[in-house]
Amino acid sequence: MKLVETAEQAKQDPSYLKAVTELIYQLADDDFIISFRGSEWLGLAPHIEEDVAYSSITQNTMGHAVMFYELLEQLGEGKADVLAHERQPKDRKNGCYLEKRNGEGAYHGEPYFDWALAVVRNYFYETFKQIKLEAISDGSYKPLANVAKKALMEQTYHLAHWKMWMKQLQKSTDEAQERMELRIVEAWDEFGDVLELGDCAEDMQRHAIITSSEELKGKWLQEVTNTITNVPNKPLKQIYGNGRNGEHTVDLEQALETFAEVYNSDKTAIW
Amino acid sequence: MYNYVEDGDSKTTAYVEKDQDKYQQFMARIEAGEKIEADDWMPEEYRQALIKLISMHGISEIMGALPEKEWTPKAPTLRRKLGIMAKVQDEMGHGQLLLRVAEDLMKPYGKTREDLIEDLLSGDLKFHNVFHMPTKTWADAGMVGWLVDGAAIMSQTNMLDASYGPYQRALQRICQEEVFHAQHGEAIIMALAEGTEYQRDILQESLNRWWPALLMFFGPSTAATTGSSKQDIMIKYRVRKSTNEELRQAFLDKYLPRVFSLGLTVPDETVHYDKEKQQWIYEQPNWDEFKQIIRNKGPKSKERLRLREIAYENNRWVRQALVPKTVES
Repeated sequence: MKLVETAEQAKQDPSYLKAVTELIYQLADDDFIISFRGSEWLGLAPHIEEDVAYSSITQNTMGHAVMFYELLEQLGEGKADVLAHERQPKDRKNGCYLEKRNGEGAYHGEPYFDWALAVVRNYFYETFKQIKLEAISDGSYKPLANVAKKALMEQTYHLAHWKMWMKQLQKSTDEAQERMELRIVEAWDEFGDVLELGDCAEDMQRHAIITSSEELKGKWLQEVTNTITNVPNKPLKQIYGNGRNGEHTVDLEQALETFAEVYNSDKTAIW
Repeated sequence: MYNYVEDGDSKTTAYVEKDQDKYQQFMARIEAGEKIEADDWMPEEYRQALIKLISMHGISEIMGALPEKEWTPKAPTLRRKLGIMAKVQDEMGHGQLLLRVAEDLMKPYGKTREDLIEDLLSGDLKFHNVFHMPTKTWADAGMVGWLVDGAAIMSQTNMLDASYGPYQRALQRICQEEVFHAQHGEAIIMALAEGTEYQRDILQESLNRWWPALLMFFGPSTAATTGSSKQDIMIKYRVRKSTNEELRQAFLDKYLPRVFSLGLTVPDETVHYDKEKQQWIYEQPNWDEFKQIIRNKGPKSKERLRLREIAYENNRWVRQALVPKTVES
């Protein structure tokens, strides 16, 4: 495997550049939107200890997103803040399931958020992120591998946290089991595109930036099916479309509007 | 963030400890600078005043995360977003730390954290006046860090040598983190003060809006103002050192020169420093309004309490799921 040490070196090969850029957009946008949804939970978690833990995880995850956006900046994609704030939904590469609202109600109003959704979503996502980061940390793009190694130091704890919730709630009261099962079955229909690497998947693998999407998916399924009590007996789907191709729901539009509200209020300003 | 909330309703009655020997020993210990621990004997008045103080402090940290939470998703740059996320996480952490301290004190009464949350929702447990206020613009997110946390640092450092050990130790850490919060707030404010006309406008407007709440922050100068004050008891038991007015003066000393040097004004034409009296002269805020605010009749009291209520009700199934099952043999 030929290591690519710097962004400048990556820019020498257009096919390499395209593949690595695409992958980093996916990583950045995934972390960004799930952290955004996580930050909406602040003050609303089941107990104070969880509020402390979840907001710490959300904060770390936003930190990872920032590192990824900065890698894109180095690759000539523009300023990290512009990438985070100004890109239209059609240019966003995050999986659709990650943009889904936290439950019923509204963040600025009456937020009837669902903890079962938070647990299932975060567990599914963090499991895949762990697998992906491990693959990337052995990959050919050195700056990305370094960021992946750094993120993995925190990732282990994030995953352990959500896995603990999965196990506890699935073994608990009937109501908890039912609520969890409902969200697991729902996720089975919606999570599919998160596991994809998009149109450049083959080039990503050919350039040894990451392993094949089939291998990643296989590892994810193995881990997740070991943790779920009743594995849904149906194939994984992506009923909201493929976020890797810029297909998204109104929930992403709402998130981006909120997110960029102050930023857009005076674009000439330095904040 | 924090603070000591005066209880506008209860009447303070003279307290007489039955066990005078123990009481004298206790007073001798705290006067010698010793720390009281959770399992030590303590006068009823001391325990109750601490429970009130620390549970209000803890719950105010938690309620205090809510106004800033409104701006967390909207923070205008990635760096600011990381900053405010870290800050609100700290605040929840302070709340947790303090509730643990309060829980130990409440043990003899058989009361738990559930009781505290229920007291909050029923209005029996008050939270700090500043957290009943609306945050209308991004400048408010800066103002909360800069001046509200700045005021909190003043009132908390006043208790860094508090006679109750568990609280005193928690405060060491809290104060260290609050210093970062104030710097975070100041950085937001500086960017606005040096920014565009729009940015300067929202900054001035925010300061105008927060000014009365900031004056109220330290509580009334004397019990005469609002009917009661616990500050004398807290000083007697060596929990705090300075009076409310001394703290307010120290706050004005520190921050008014900074406010003016940024080209900002405060909405009080009478504000000036009296060199002879060596103190700031200012127009008193409306203390009747203060009493209303801490009785949960402030502009945002209902909404903020409603958020906690929703969280409490909505997550009942999770709490029930976490109760250990009785294993039948």
